Amino acid sequence: MTQAEIKLCSLLLQEHFGEIVEKIGTHLIKTGSQPLRVIAKDTGMLLDQVKKALCVLIQHNLVTYQLQKRGIVEYEALCSRVLRILRYPRYIYTAKTLYSDMGELIVEELLLNGKMTMSAVVQKVADRLTETMEDGKTMDYAEVSNTFVRLADTHFIQRCPVAPEISKASAAPPPPAPTLAVNEKDMYLVPTLNLIGKGKRRRSFDDEEKSEHKAKRQKQDADSKEPPPDDGIYWQANIDRFHQYFRDQAIVSAVANRMDQTSSEIVRTMLRMSEITTSSNAPYTQPLSSNEIFRSLPAGYNIVKQILDQYLTLLADDPTHMAPAMAGQAGSLPEKYAGATSQESLSWSLSVNPGIVAGACTSSISTRPLHLWQQQRWNPSSRRELCVSCCVAAPSRFGSRCARIFRLVLRKKHLEQKQVEDFAMIPAKEAKDILYKMLSENFVSLQEIPKTPDHAPSRTFYLYTVNTLSSARMLLHRCYKSVANLIERRQYETKENKRLLEKSQRVEAILASMQATGAEEGQLQEIEEMITAPERQQLESLKRNVNKIDASENQVDETIFVLESYIESTMKKL
Amino acid sequence: MAGRGGRGRGRGQMTFSVEAVGIGKGELLPPSTLQPSPLFPPMEYKPVPLQTGEEVEYMLALKQELRGAMKSLPYYVKPAAPKKDVERYSDKYQTSGPIDNAIDWNPDWRRLPRELKIRVRKLRKERTTLLLPKHKQRLPVDKEEAIKKLETLEKKEEEVTSEEEGEKEEEEEGKEEEEEEYDEEEHEEETDYIMSYFDNGEEFGADSDDNMDEAIY
Repeated sequence: MTQAEIKLCSLLLQEHFGEIVEKIGTHLIKTGSQPLRVIAKDTGMLLDQVKKALCVLIQHNLVTYQLQKRGIVEYEALCSRVLRILRYPRYIYTAKTLYSDMGELIVEELLLNGKMTMSAVVQKVADRLTETMEDGKTMDYAEVSNTFVRLADTHFIQRCPVAPEISKASAAPPPPAPTLAVNEKDMYLVPTLNLIGKGKRRRSFDDEEKSEHKAKRQKQDADSKEPPPDDGIYWQANIDRFHQYFRDQAIVSAVANRMDQTSSEIVRTMLRMSEITTSSNAPYTQPLSSNEIFRSLPAGYNIVKQILDQYLTLLADDPTHMAPAMAGQAGSLPEKYAGATSQESLSWSLSVNPGIVAGACTSSISTRPLHLWQQQRWNPSSRRELCVSCCVAAPSRFGSRCARIFRLVLRKKHLEQKQVEDFAMIPAKEAKDILYKMLSENFVSLQEIPKTPDHAPSRTFYLYTVNTLSSARMLLHRCYKSVANLIERRQYETKENKRLLEKSQRVEAILASMQATGAEEGQLQEIEEMITAPERQQLESLKRNVNKIDASENQVDETIFVLESYIESTMKKL
Repeated sequence: MAGRGGRGRGRGQMTFSVEAVGIGKGELLPPSTLQPSPLFPPMEYKPVPLQTGEEVEYMLALKQELRGAMKSLPYYVKPAAPKKDVERYSDKYQTSGPIDNAIDWNPDWRRLPRELKIRVRKLRKERTTLLLPKHKQRLPVDKEEAIKKLETLEKKEEEVTSEEEGEKEEEEEGKEEEEEEYDEEEHEEETDYIMSYFDNGEEFGADSDDNMDEAIY
């Protein structure tokens, strides 16, 4: 873990879980797997505090434990998972776009609580929705359950690993720590619950006394009931699936930028069809025939089959390496088609290659006019995206000319100094200057190609090149650092104006209570004037700054996502 | 050393020909840096403006709400409140944080290592007969405090005991031992009188009549 990552993790933990959890979490990230007592000793905190913090971290899937020999349990923190906290708003917003408010609230509850049972989630969400509805209306559990099931079907939420069954009859003493097993089959299986009920509204003051007795009785009833039917089945948000969704979105938008709307729709359809059939880490989707694609196109899209085929050809032939077509093997076609017809069929596959855009479209003689389309999964390094992010980083530091040179070197892979000047059409001196600056910042690197075996400098070619993997890593590190800086700055700003913020909160509280009890306009005015005009201005500017910083954090997180996925998929290929 | 003096004439020589990289003869290079770069270097170019739009605004609002919401959840572990200068009588009646540093929320203990469970000293109170048949065994302690209001205490006891149904025997045994240890103290605390002050008269008359100087009344 780099220092920047550790710093960012500690800031995130502190903001969301408090100082104690932050100390323990940071310590675990820095030192790796450790047992309880060692943690307590090293951090100098009380054992109880450490236990509390660990419970919280385990609940939120940020720390895992393992039973080692001799009965010692060791705890390990997942640094990358802590960094995901930055992305929670994006996940929730995605759920909102796909499944509207109910989906949004379900995912939000799951993210806020780490793990929950289905009944608990449904209950909470129904209550929350009921609050926002008009008086007298309540949200039915059935609707919420439906949305829950839909989320599970599309894999956006998944079951947590299951604790082993404890049978009372077992003579052996239970282990100090349960071993949780991941049940692949049942991961998305929603238990059949009979959840009947409606959301409850928080009672207003008048009803409180009446309901007190009732509440007490209800509590006793609840205790005497058995544990809920889905006891022990916990659900969590499936982060990987969300990432897959973001990747698909990025691919589609890249295609739309490169070509037109229709082609992006086609690509979107292809991706949607393979959402569940392929795992999120697969480099290629399942081959799809053009007929299937044609059938699955969204209803409003009236394009003829020929045009679809043309588009598919275009996509496959595209030289920006968005979609190199790959050879299909005749042998891979099912046997029963063998001999039906001997029409030539082209197998196409869209693939996004990490660095190299190899476009090879081959036609193989097959028996059926099957057009098979595959699409490579990951995108961030759809060169396009990577270029975009690097080119955003470069020009903002060095100007648009630098961006031009960078894109040029990226495209042409290796260029001499002179060639750079010629291709970019930038005066030599300036080009030199820019290249050296980029070299010093490690955006480009020099590649030596000796002409003679003694590597004499006068007889060696020096070529500028961009090593995408290392540039991506460098940029990623920078991103982590910038988010950490942003968070620090935001905290600083808030701390500086703490007194003012508290004052304004108090005034608001007073105003609210006075309005509730029906005060006059004059009195309200008076209270409002407690905050002077310059103070008001200060508050305004504070709010503006904090919003700006928050928005930047979100944006940097998007770049982090692109870079991280690129690095991950490139490493997998190697 | 000599070599440097001899060959180091002119601009610093390097292993590769500087011409190839593009530094012409006699060209001015930017001065070498003698100190670390300033903390906030002046920006030469304006940064790219932030994205705007409905989506961005919504996510911004979400982010801020999430921050606020997380602070109020029980998962946000607040450091123990600093001890005030003098212990006040009202402290007893103010519900402070979770008792003895226990957790506010109830995790599923079947999924967590046993060592993470915080044992809280439970104050034995008169249990009503209603509860006795349910809980014959001495149930392990958890999350109780000397809260004077009976109702809340009863409710909590119910919560605690209903959760404890099905606890493993070993834990109970372990806890029974602990409970035996504080049994005496608990018995003491059931009454308002401090046992040590109470002289139950057993020693009366046990004194030998050594000191006859003082008369015994």
